Amino acid sequence: MATDKSQKTIRVHHVTRLEGHGDITAEIKDGILQQVRFSVVEAPRFFEAFLRGHHHAEVVHMASRVCGICAVSHKCAALKATETALEVTVSRQTELLRRLAYHGEILSSHVLHIYFLAGPDFFGVPSIFPLVEQHREMIRRAMRLKKLGYDLSAVVAGRHTHPISMVVGGFTFTHQTKILAGMKDRIHEGLEDLRLTVRTLQGIDLPDLERESEYVSLTHPDRYAFYDGDILSSDLEKTVSPDRYREVIEEYVVDYSTAKYARWNRPEYMTGALARFNNNYRQLTDGAKTAADDLGLKHPCHKPFMNTIAQIVECVHCLEDALKILETLLEKGIQSGKEHERVEDRAGRGVGAVEAPRGILFHEYEYDDDGKCLSANMVIPTAQNLANLEADMRAYIPVIAGEPRETIVHRLEMLVRAYDPCISCSTHVLDCR
Amino acid sequence: MKPFANKPRIAFFDFACCEGCQLAVLEMEEKLLELLSHVEVVAWREVMSEKSDEYDIAFCEGSITRQEDVERIESIRDRAEILVSLGTCASIGCHNALKNKWPMSDVVKLVYGESAGHIDTIPARPIADVVKVDYRTLGCPVSLSEFETVFKRILTGQAYEPPNQPVCVECKLNDTLCVYEKGIVCLGPVTRCGCDAICTAFGDACRGCRGLIDQANIEAPARVLFGEDLHPIMAETARKNKLNREEIMAKLTVYNDTATSANREDSADGDG
Repeated sequence: MATDKSQKTIRVHHVTRLEGHGDITAEIKDGILQQVRFSVVEAPRFFEAFLRGHHHAEVVHMASRVCGICAVSHKCAALKATETALEVTVSRQTELLRRLAYHGEILSSHVLHIYFLAGPDFFGVPSIFPLVEQHREMIRRAMRLKKLGYDLSAVVAGRHTHPISMVVGGFTFTHQTKILAGMKDRIHEGLEDLRLTVRTLQGIDLPDLERESEYVSLTHPDRYAFYDGDILSSDLEKTVSPDRYREVIEEYVVDYSTAKYARWNRPEYMTGALARFNNNYRQLTDGAKTAADDLGLKHPCHKPFMNTIAQIVECVHCLEDALKILETLLEKGIQSGKEHERVEDRAGRGVGAVEAPRGILFHEYEYDDDGKCLSANMVIPTAQNLANLEADMRAYIPVIAGEPRETIVHRLEMLVRAYDPCISCSTHVLDCR
Repeated sequence: MKPFANKPRIAFFDFACCEGCQLAVLEMEEKLLELLSHVEVVAWREVMSEKSDEYDIAFCEGSITRQEDVERIESIRDRAEILVSLGTCASIGCHNALKNKWPMSDVVKLVYGESAGHIDTIPARPIADVVKVDYRTLGCPVSLSEFETVFKRILTGQAYEPPNQPVCVECKLNDTLCVYEKGIVCLGPVTRCGCDAICTAFGDACRGCRGLIDQANIEAPARVLFGEDLHPIMAETARKNKLNREEIMAKLTVYNDTATSANREDSADGDG
């Protein structure tokens, strides 16, 4: 059978420019796809096992360590789950500050992906390093934007990776008006850098794959949802409260892989920037909508390669919304951060759902009377995207099957990267419960 | 150790971790470009597709938690003239080592369920427990000033050891109010400094991410809180946190569990 020239087996070990380790395997025979899979080969870390027995203050401290890039998302999911369990409500100021830190994370994570991970493909180079000499200004711009995202999180939480001052009930220090106000000019500069980003990426030639999926994200009545909201599927009219996530999102096993997949109304769904764009488009800021128009991203969009473009649109949204949040905070004046000192230990269970840069993220904890963790569960966006990524590969391979092997490999790697998978947070990507 | 005659070739590798140390390094921006101009980056999977097995210096992030990773780090050791462990996962074990408290088969079952296929996992170890490490850097995430210092020391052929004073030294230099006075238990007195005491500067306690200082008096925090002539503030801290000696010792396990370190060998037989 090895003599059949039309048979191709594509194997990519440790796809590069990803957060974490993943392999692609595809078998194509006589131009027909036999099998394809994207396997997560990251070393599991067992957070859900070792968090048990720790006090909630330590649980939320450790939770951000699931992922260096989505540290604020994991921290916020853990905080919200824990606050629900302990029946703690946070002030409007705390919520606004968290949303500000959140916008910083979305910006820095997306910029990392747009410029450093996916970007080299747009310029036909294997990494950003060959671009340093020739496109130094662009690299500086990328670094400035990334730094701005980092600093937006840092003015709120001390640093982005890993946030320090965000604790159950509030913040461990009082934010200084002057430092917060100082971010406004930098945000305006950042918006200018994003305008240049849009110009750089206008008209780039992305592979033209179109396949409609079920799109799952949070949705909120008042704003484009990142930090809070209910669960929405593009297939349904009604939303679902996050504490019912186990009822709607079904994790399942397939025979050819040890990875557990996720489904809701269809065998697979997509989560992340494109899903949020599709589900919550009307709540984007005007500048974000303009950026979408300029980049040829039309609502709704069923092209998975456009996920990277949706990320640029979200960067604009985050900075414009961050300006609004800052103005609200400064108008009201910053109150001293002592709310967290009132938190009392108690038994309870809680779910926290947020939109991490890569999509919907759930944390769930149960605590005993002393606030010690009895059980923990995390469902990360990349695990939820695996089935959809493979479905896209199945749709895409027949289109490119005639191409030389290197082209197929490169295109499949690009497709994987478009999802911006973040598998270093493989807490239970391989869950088989 | 000697300085490199030519531009050394460097590579970055990651094992079980959050990859936050590599990200932290990327945050150095211009300074990173400046540092990298003295070397040639030949492998960095997270940010580049180019791969080379020929390198002089290997920066390794993460803990060793699988048999295949033991083999991988051994082969990196064989190739690299200099091996640097980057951050707490690589240098101490970080939270990864907390699973070592249980037999591996138990944690696999708990997280992946009864029907889980074979999940390759062994008790987590810092890199220096597997192969020789030439330079170690600490912190969760890694301290960037320490990274820069180590980078320069390597290029100029000088040795480096992380400082061996407690975090309190840097905390005092920052003029930060002692968090014990706010009724919070802090591991600063027994934790290695080099972080500019950033966590206490932002109002949180030190949770020991850089590991214990040599011969740390780990009984001291408990004695301060439960000793006979208790300072009223300490008594209040102990009462407020409903603390006993065990609780204090449990706090020491978050980053550097002496008990779990001792258990590494014992629990190896539980490998599922």
